Amino acid sequence: MSSNARIMAVAIGGSAGAVASLSLILKELPVDYRPTVFVTVHLRADSKSVLVDVLRAQCQIEVCEAEDKMPIRQGTAYIAPPNYHLLVENTGALALSTDEPVHFSRPSIDVLFESAADAYGAALVGVVLSGANRDGAHGLSAIRAAGGIVMIEDPSAAYASTMPLAAWNACPEAQVGTPGQLASFLKQL
Amino acid sequence: MTDRIEELEINLLLEALYQRFHYDFRDYSKASITRRLRQLKERLGYRNYSAMLEGLLHDPAVFPQMVGYLTVQVSEMFRDPSYFRALREKVVPHLRTYPSLKVWVAGCSGGEELYSLAILFREEGLEKRTMFYATDINPRALEIAAAGVYELDRIKGFTENHQQSGGRSSLSDYYTAAYGRASFDRTLRERVVFSDHSLVTDAVFGEMHLISCRNVLIYFNNDLQDRTLKLFSDSLIRKGFLGLGSKESLRFSSQSDAFQDFMLGERIYQRRDP
Repeated sequence: MSSNARIMAVAIGGSAGAVASLSLILKELPVDYRPTVFVTVHLRADSKSVLVDVLRAQCQIEVCEAEDKMPIRQGTAYIAPPNYHLLVENTGALALSTDEPVHFSRPSIDVLFESAADAYGAALVGVVLSGANRDGAHGLSAIRAAGGIVMIEDPSAAYASTMPLAAWNACPEAQVGTPGQLASFLKQL
Repeated sequence: MTDRIEELEINLLLEALYQRFHYDFRDYSKASITRRLRQLKERLGYRNYSAMLEGLLHDPAVFPQMVGYLTVQVSEMFRDPSYFRALREKVVPHLRTYPSLKVWVAGCSGGEELYSLAILFREEGLEKRTMFYATDINPRALEIAAAGVYELDRIKGFTENHQQSGGRSSLSDYYTAAYGRASFDRTLRERVVFSDHSLVTDAVFGEMHLISCRNVLIYFNNDLQDRTLKLFSDSLIRKGFLGLGSKESLRFSSQSDAFQDFMLGERIYQRRDP
């Protein structure tokens, strides 16, 4: 869709119950997908990052665990590693940090969203999925304030509604949908 | 995009910190430093960064708060136990072959990593031949490191990490608990020099056998990261070891040729023969 031609990146965040929704969305994205995808999902700090392997097996787009200073490529999904915040630099590279947890979470969705909003401005879509805390709401409003598109997994259908509801309160104008509906929108970007 | 004006204001603030106070954050990761400055601006109640700049230059109370906040780091003892296990099982056998050892904990913050190494070296019988150098730019962090006192509620995690790292003793052998705090044995720091040293502006100060610098380089931009890695390679003996954080790597650095992989999975590198 031409009105979305400006979109260069998609930032997705979630917590409890988000992995199922996330994989439903990511596996819909075509192999020649143009935007870059950044993902922060809360995981136990000591968990091995099996999420990357799980997603890689299902997806057509490239999936990798984010590393510090990694150059950002189009059509690749970068997953925040456990126990590090993932940030986006405006120089086209990733950054990690071990700053204190935000909303008891590291990685934090707010940290990803705010830095991505700084780096991409209106060329960004932010998506908040299922989760049981308030992380992501502040970041989603930062994306909105920078002119980006904001989307939320339908709280009434999500595994855990706290996170999408908090995001909705912060961004009442957000588009709300099931993972399938969010995927249909994202895949045509 | 970050507002152009905001970007300019942040650059002016960092320039002022350097020119007026000689703290150089200009080559720090912009994403991380912006986040910290934004939090600090809210915490101190400034309406914008220009007002914060005025405070920095004209109110003497602002600078210590600012530098403390920008450089604060909280770590854990034996963070990433597999790293310390790798040091113990793979690096220590090499270190044993030297009659005396120098170890540099660069960016030691509150000392958690330093005490982890001191305990590991004692367990492995290397402590008596080792000098430790623990450096940081945050004077308050150096005080905390030199005191070696941590909140008792953190000790459970430290103890689990220590066990998983292959610890040969009990962590409780090294501290005494009182009033909700654990105070680490002063003999652990008898062979430690705590010192103010900046990876941005300071130079080589010794020939090291091991440099452990974990989750510090992630706060630097590429140029500063390269400068720091050059400083490390100049500071290491031939075949000396460099340990980084578990998500840091030399892959994206122009200095990667100065090092060879020793245990790539644990981000332990060895200085290459010149």
